[in-house]
Amino acid sequence: MYGYRVSVQTGIQVKDFLLPFLRSLLDSLRNLLPILLVISFFQFVILQQPIPNLGEMLYGTFLVVVGLTLFIQGLEMGLFPLGEAMAYAFARKGSIIWLLAFAFALGFGTTVAEPTLIAVAEEAAKVAAVGGAIENTPEAMDSYAIGLRFTVALSVGFAIMVGVVRIIFGWPIQYLIIAGYFGVVVMTMFAPKEIIGIAYDSGGVTTSTITVPLVTALGVGLASSIKGRNPMTDGFGLIAFASLTPMIFVMGYGMLTG
Amino acid sequence: MNSLFNILHTLFDTVFDVLPILVIIVGFQLVIIRRPIPNLRKVLFGFIYVLLGLAFFLEGLEIALFPIGKLMAQQLTDPAFVYGQVDDVVQAMQWRDYGYVYLFAATIGFSTTIAEPALLAVAIKAKEVSAGAISIWGLRIAVAIGAGLGIALGTFRIVTGAPLHYFIIAGYIIVIIQTAFAPKTIIALAYDSGGVTTSTVTVPLVAALGLGLAATVPGRSALLDGFGLIAFTCLFPIITVMGYAQITEWRQKVASKRKHSTGE
Repeated sequence: MYGYRVSVQTGIQVKDFLLPFLRSLLDSLRNLLPILLVISFFQFVILQQPIPNLGEMLYGTFLVVVGLTLFIQGLEMGLFPLGEAMAYAFARKGSIIWLLAFAFALGFGTTVAEPTLIAVAEEAAKVAAVGGAIENTPEAMDSYAIGLRFTVALSVGFAIMVGVVRIIFGWPIQYLIIAGYFGVVVMTMFAPKEIIGIAYDSGGVTTSTITVPLVTALGVGLASSIKGRNPMTDGFGLIAFASLTPMIFVMGYGMLTG
Repeated sequence: MNSLFNILHTLFDTVFDVLPILVIIVGFQLVIIRRPIPNLRKVLFGFIYVLLGLAFFLEGLEIALFPIGKLMAQQLTDPAFVYGQVDDVVQAMQWRDYGYVYLFAATIGFSTTIAEPALLAVAIKAKEVSAGAISIWGLRIAVAIGAGLGIALGTFRIVTGAPLHYFIIAGYIIVIIQTAFAPKTIIALAYDSGGVTTSTVTVPLVAALGLGLAATVPGRSALLDGFGLIAFTCLFPIITVMGYAQITEWRQKVASKRKHSTGE
């Protein structure tokens, strides 16, 4: 049904490569169709305006379609196999300590430089300055934003590590997640009011487009290489931890700085 | 020419963002694992495809989608559009006046989630692992419905000014109850689907919508009330994905019961 699996080998016939590529281009276009429909509906029916710069719109859509197609091919060729290969290698090596170190580094390293997080942290510093939690100077705001970024990155590193431990021991995910929810609720009662919205949002901005496939492949690869684990029930869930712990850590940060 | 330069610039940014991941992987590969990666050439090409693809994707969004989407969010939340006239805004302010905002929030949330590459990646993996039991489009539509509902509810919250944590805690309670009844195989995937909805496509548009609303609705502060939409977008897909699995399971039960009763 899906034309994504395009075999790419060296010395392949142009025809064998081009046709599947065209088919995946069409698939990508189908993924964008809903957005195009929504934008056109609101522009023509509700706001009753013409599309400005139609040529640019078409060109941009073309770039998006080509980009999505390349991304998906690269996913199957590069990111998925890489995540799985590393999971198997760690499982065969049998060193839990190094696996946990890798999990932490992956979570921390991919989050600390995440552009959406940087934007949110700067916004949060403004809120803190207006709310009076920190001084209203550029230096104070900068150090607040950097502190927040490291807090979130630390929490994501911690989350991936806990998630990997869960896969190794086969703990049911719901107990850990529900415990996390209690953590969020309890922290909400004590955290300063201004930080709550930022904290809740910080969970969503941590997981970038490259991290998600890598981490998912790592989890599924681990679950399938450890005896007695089911890749479906045990392999998924790493992302869930990565979007939960930042909420708790950021509220903690707000309590410490506020 | 200018556009080519922009794409190169975006490519450079993407490479820079990926640098920490590369350093970590190469470092662990060389120092700890010390084993060659199978099909290294293919993996490297795949990585290059991913980087190139993301650069094209982001640049295309920047040209085609973000300007018009953000402009729309601004226009739809503009008091002149919402109330018709700007004269007696404060007295006339009612949550019902924002009907088009909720509709826009729901539909743009749904459609940007469908286009989200991270979700597509997870859906491809889920299909592979479940041996086809979870379909790529089924999962994506379930997640997108959740995201659309979540964002619409989030805009409603900004308009009414109700406290964010009441909604989130209520959502948690629903998730916990559903967890007790949903098929065991879907739970981990459902929890994951909350986090993957909010990346490249959704966040910029949703942020523009939240900021536009918080800045124009009387009594809201752009700084304090603009946050929270992303949290809604993360929470509601968990509910709809478990719901999707529950409905599928229930229908299978009904179908097998029917087959059973006619067989007797």
